[in-house]
Amino acid sequence: MLIELKNIIKNYDNGGVITRVLQNINLEVDKGEFIAIMGPSGSGKSTLMHTIGFLDRPTSGDYFFDGENTKDFTDDELAKIRNEQVGFVFQSFNLLPRTTVFDNVMLPLLYSENKEGHDRRVKDALESVDLGERMSFMSNQISGGQKQRVAIARALVCDPKVIFADEPTGNLDSKSGGTVMHILDELNKEGRTIILVTHDINVARHAKRIVAIRDGEIVKDEKVAESERMHSKRSED
Amino acid sequence: MRNFLSEIKTTIKNLLSRKGRSFLTILGIIIGVAGVIIIISLGAGAQSLVLGQITKLGTNMIGILPGKSNENGPPAAVFGVQIKTLSDRDVEAIKDKSKVPYAIAVASFVSSNITITSGRESVDTTFTATDGDYTKVQNVEMEKGDFFTEEQSDAGSNVIVLGYDVATGLFPNGNELGQVVKIQIPNNNPTSLTSDVGSIPFRVIGIQKKMGTVGFQNQDDQVFIPFSIGQRQLLGIDYIQFIRIKVDDAVNVKITIDDITRVLREQHHITNPIDDDFSVRDLADAIKVLTNITGTLSIFLSLMAGISLIVGGIGIMNIMLVTVSERTREIGLRKAIGATRKNIRNQFLLESIVLTFSGGIIGIIVGILISYLIALGARFAGYDWAFVISPMAVILAVAVSILTGVVFGLYPAIKAAKLDPIVALRYE
Repeated sequence: MLIELKNIIKNYDNGGVITRVLQNINLEVDKGEFIAIMGPSGSGKSTLMHTIGFLDRPTSGDYFFDGENTKDFTDDELAKIRNEQVGFVFQSFNLLPRTTVFDNVMLPLLYSENKEGHDRRVKDALESVDLGERMSFMSNQISGGQKQRVAIARALVCDPKVIFADEPTGNLDSKSGGTVMHILDELNKEGRTIILVTHDINVARHAKRIVAIRDGEIVKDEKVAESERMHSKRSED
Repeated sequence: MRNFLSEIKTTIKNLLSRKGRSFLTILGIIIGVAGVIIIISLGAGAQSLVLGQITKLGTNMIGILPGKSNENGPPAAVFGVQIKTLSDRDVEAIKDKSKVPYAIAVASFVSSNITITSGRESVDTTFTATDGDYTKVQNVEMEKGDFFTEEQSDAGSNVIVLGYDVATGLFPNGNELGQVVKIQIPNNNPTSLTSDVGSIPFRVIGIQKKMGTVGFQNQDDQVFIPFSIGQRQLLGIDYIQFIRIKVDDAVNVKITIDDITRVLREQHHITNPIDDDFSVRDLADAIKVLTNITGTLSIFLSLMAGISLIVGGIGIMNIMLVTVSERTREIGLRKAIGATRKNIRNQFLLESIVLTFSGGIIGIIVGILISYLIALGARFAGYDWAFVISPMAVILAVAVSILTGVVFGLYPAIKAAKLDPIVALRYE
């Protein structure tokens, strides 16, 4: 068991008005799973992902990661987990402007305690997303699909246990989106756990399991039959 | 260490990608630091100029001025007040070897502004009437002819030595020696109303070499005449404005000051030192007065420069706050991939320190350049100006600029570090 959420509640306090975003979430994720979290906007799916991804703390409940309760972790311990155990891929890429592809992928390693072979690891990560040739390009000189692949390389460079992808194809055309999903498929085949947030059923069908959330509660949690899964073909953009 | 260096590299790259703004941000620091460097350099230059001129006169000189004065302040005569307490008899008493044994030359002075004419040429200048001992208390270099001798001076001969500029003004065609010039008796001469002589003729016996400006006074715009003529006939007075004494050796200066003070009190029948109507000073006193004045000036000017550094620092803080809010998403991303609060704080602190440090370096270069140009200008104007850059001032400027970066960068950096990653990532 990699991730175990027990009675997770998340409330936001907007000047005395309390908004219940997550209500009593219970979820278990095994190593090597590929999960899509689905739901309409405002359902709490992003908050759930941020909570699982240690970007946000739950108001109450227990979160066991790799067997450890993370409830009392300090800010620095959470930063360390974000650095070493998880990788993020965002809808809007969030690459640093005026910075090379190489330096963007290097960024997590700057905060890493492991000082060995940084250049090698950045190259490996970029080659695994087929961008070995673009290392010295500026982040604004490449296409949207390539930007998202850089972001995936950045998520991979610290060799995390889980990759979180928040609408990774939301800003891409279908061809580039297909390439990105193909890479995620491949990463999952290699044994990497992937948690994906999307409202697009075609994207969600790449996953092996779909968790539907509405009004802060899990309303459906089922496996996707192998016959219904989308299998992407790799296309170059 | 490698990470730290690459962080500095990234920071510099980052700042260079916004050259215009980075430059405007540090403009205040540049001006402040350049100001400090220039002020300290000018202070040192001016001080060395004045001290150089004083010590050139020799450290074995004593001056006597009429009127009492505070030891650390300037004498009353500086303010144009005429005090008539020094007389020819005082000079005779000081020349008495049994009373003031170490004095080897005693020169009396009176001076005033006059108009001097030759034919149709006329020059407004200053005359100094002194005696034959002048060449012993002052280094005199002649372009042509000679300075008047003790005999000529004692005899009250109508001879005159012209400064270089006066000579060229009166005799554009040269051939000055042996010519006769006329000095008009000033209106304030109490005897001139009864006298029917409007001017006194003098024979030119020497022209001084060009000397330039010393002590904020053009040394070439003056003439020298024997003491008694200047005092009695031109000014119509019987007192002395200034006495300069040369002591045989610098070690005897203090003893001689005491000797002279004793002689003058005896002459003036003074028993209580509070009633002194004269002041005896050596160059050490003059140096002390000047150092006091330039020191105080430097402190005030440095304060002004310090204020401009604070204003520059506030400018840095302002821009850093803007930068933090512009880069909120970047901060969110960095936190999402593992940056701790400390990492973020150090990143922005480093940025403001790199900014102020570069500002400090540019300011030092600008300050040195401007100080150098001022020194060149001063030399061009005839001052013997030393171009001084004190290493202390440079070190101080660098230290202060880094400190400014830390002090004024800390608040924006802490603000950045406190950002919640989620809020920062959602920020548009």
